[in-house]
Amino acid sequence: MKKILLVGNPNVGKSALFSRLTGVRTTVSNYTGTTISYTKGFMKVGGEKAEIIDVPGTYTLEPTSEAERIALKMLDEGDIVINVVNATNLERSLYLTLQLLEKNIPVVIALNIWDDTKHRGIHIDLKKLRDLLGVPAIPTVALTGEGIKDLVESIPDALPKKNPQITRDERWAEIGSIIEQVQHIDRRHHRLSEKLQDASVKPFSGAIIAAIVLVSSFFVIRFIGEGLINYVLDPLFNRLWAPVMIKLSDILGGGGVLHDILVGKIYGDEINFVESFGILSSGLYVPLVMVLPYIISFYFVLGILEDIGYLPRLAVLMDTIMHWLGLHGYAIIPTLLGLGCNVPAILATRILESNRERFIASTLVSIAVPCAALQAMVFGLVGKHGGQYVAMVYGTLFIVWVLMGIILNRFLKGFSPELLIEIPPYRLPLLRTVLQKMWMRIRGFLAEAIPIILGAIFVINVLYSLDAFNGIANLTAPIVTGVLGLPKEAVTSLILGFLRKDVALGMLAPLALAPKQLVIASVVLAMSFPCIATFVVLLKELGFSGLLKATGIMIFSALLVGGILNLIL
Amino acid sequence: MGNNGLMSLTQMRSGQHGIVVDIQGGFGMTDRLNALGVRTGKKISKVSSMVGRGPVTIELDRVQIAIGFNMAKRIFVEMDRL
Repeated sequence: MKKILLVGNPNVGKSALFSRLTGVRTTVSNYTGTTISYTKGFMKVGGEKAEIIDVPGTYTLEPTSEAERIALKMLDEGDIVINVVNATNLERSLYLTLQLLEKNIPVVIALNIWDDTKHRGIHIDLKKLRDLLGVPAIPTVALTGEGIKDLVESIPDALPKKNPQITRDERWAEIGSIIEQVQHIDRRHHRLSEKLQDASVKPFSGAIIAAIVLVSSFFVIRFIGEGLINYVLDPLFNRLWAPVMIKLSDILGGGGVLHDILVGKIYGDEINFVESFGILSSGLYVPLVMVLPYIISFYFVLGILEDIGYLPRLAVLMDTIMHWLGLHGYAIIPTLLGLGCNVPAILATRILESNRERFIASTLVSIAVPCAALQAMVFGLVGKHGGQYVAMVYGTLFIVWVLMGIILNRFLKGFSPELLIEIPPYRLPLLRTVLQKMWMRIRGFLAEAIPIILGAIFVINVLYSLDAFNGIANLTAPIVTGVLGLPKEAVTSLILGFLRKDVALGMLAPLALAPKQLVIASVVLAMSFPCIATFVVLLKELGFSGLLKATGIMIFSALLVGGILNLIL
Repeated sequence: MGNNGLMSLTQMRSGQHGIVVDIQGGFGMTDRLNALGVRTGKKISKVSSMVGRGPVTIELDRVQIAIGFNMAKRIFVEMDRL
C-alpha cells in the first residue's frame, strides 16, 4: 500500500485537509520513542487504497526540533508528499516546498486557505507557479472541501523532482524571484475585522477586548452549563432514573453490601443522587448531570475562541505577566486548556521551548488550575452557600498561581525564552468544526472519566464496608482537623481525590461542612495530588524526578494554603 | 538615508514602516524569525507594542507576528522616509 504524507507548516489547515481526505476512520499514534503524535488514516487514490499520514507541522527540513526530526524521518518512509501550503502566505510556505522538491519523492502542492486570498487581495498566477515549481499545485479550502477532489486526482501525476540541493540563502533568493513572478497583492483596504485585529493587540483597547471576551465567555459557559443541568439533565434523571433506582432498592431488600454498592444510601422514598454514593446513583449522576454540562459548555466556548483566532492575541496581552512566572505569553494556552482538563493542558505545554518552562507550566496547571469537573462540583456544592465562597476558591487559586510561578521562576535555574508567534487573522468559526472538536473532547471525557468514577465509587464502598477509613481518619486527624479545620472523615475525600476530583468533592456532601470548610476542602483538593490521569501524563512529560518534585510542591503548598485559609477565614 | 533612520523594533512607534536591515541574534533566534518570514530586506510595519517591556506586534506580507521584547530590541529597521 502506498504511503501518502501530508507535510506543511503549522496552522495551514493540514489537519482539516487530512480529515477531508480520509473521512472518519483515523487513529492517533505516538512516533516510537518520542512524545510527538501523528494521525494516520486511509484514502482512495485512483481506485487504490492508500495510507495517509498527517506529519507534525514544520517550517523546515533542517532538524532543529523533535517534530522536525520526525518529519524528516517520515519522509524517508513515504511514497508521495502532499505539501500543504498557506496560499495567503506563499512566501513563507515555499521554503519547505523547495526543500521537499530537493528530495527524491513526488510532491503535490495543496494551496490551502485559497478562499482567503480573494478577500485579502492576493492574486496568485497558478499556471506560472506550476511551471516554475514543476509540480501540480491545486487550490483547496479544507474547511469547506473545495478543491479536494482535484487534489486527489492530481496525485497520480506527481513525479519526483530531485532538484539539486542549494543553501539557505539561495533558497530565499529563489523564493523571492518566484513570489515576484506569481504573486500580486492589491493595495490594502482596511476592513473592520482588520481594525479589530489591530485593536486587540494594542495595550488599552486590547485589555478592554480581553475583558469583554473573558467575562462573556464565563457567563456563556455558566448559562449553558446551568441551563443544561436545571432544565434538561436533572429533571430527566429525577423523572426517569429515580424510579428505577427506588425499584432496584426494593428488589435488593433496601440494604446490604450489594445494595449499598449499587444504589447507595437511601432514606425513605427519596434518593439524593449526590449523597447516596452508589455506582448507579451518584456514579452516574455526578459525571452525567453535574459535570458533563460544564464540559460541554466549556469546550463549546473554547472551540469558538480557538477558531476565531483569539487565543494568540491573549498570549500577546498576557506576555508581560507570564514573564513574571518564568513563562511567556503562549503559556496562557495550556493554562486555559487546564480549565477544561489538566491532561490535555499538560500535553499542550509541549508548545513551550524549554524543559524549565514545561516544568513550570505543568506544575502551575496541576496546582492552581482547577479542571472543569472540579469547577462544576465547586459551583454545585460550594455555590449553594453563596457566590462569595466560589469567588474565594477562585481568588485563592489565582493568588497561588501567581505566587507559585514567581517562586518557581526565582528558584529554578535558567531564563524564560521570548514569545514569537504568528497572529492569524480573525476568522468566522464554522459551527460544524466547532461542534466536531467539542464532540471529540466530550467523547474523551465520557470514555475516560466514567470508568474511573464508577471504579472510585466501588473502591470507596468496599473500603467503607471493611471499615478501613476509620484508622486512616484517626491517624491523619492532626493534619486534617488540626491544620485544615476539616472533620477527620474528610481525609477519605482528600485521598480519593487521587482518582477523580469531582467524586472526591462529592464525598464531602454528606459531611454537612460549613461554607468555610467547603472552601478549604475545594482549594486543598484542587491543589494537592493531581488526579490519576494527570499523574500519568506528568510522569510521561516530566519524568520520574520531575513528577516527584512537582508532587512534593503540590502537597506542601496545598497544606500550607489550606492551613492559612483555616486561620484567616 | 544613513544610520539616522535605523531603529530597533522596540524604538519604532506604532504605525511606522521600514525595512529590516539587521537581526542581532544567534542562529537559533535568526532561524526562528526567518521561518516566520522576518528576514533582512523585508518590508514591515509596526502594529503595536504592549506596555511594560511587552511584545511588539509587526505586520509583514499581510501577516502579523508578535515578538517578545528582548528579541524585538535586537531587530533593526531602516525607517521609510516620510
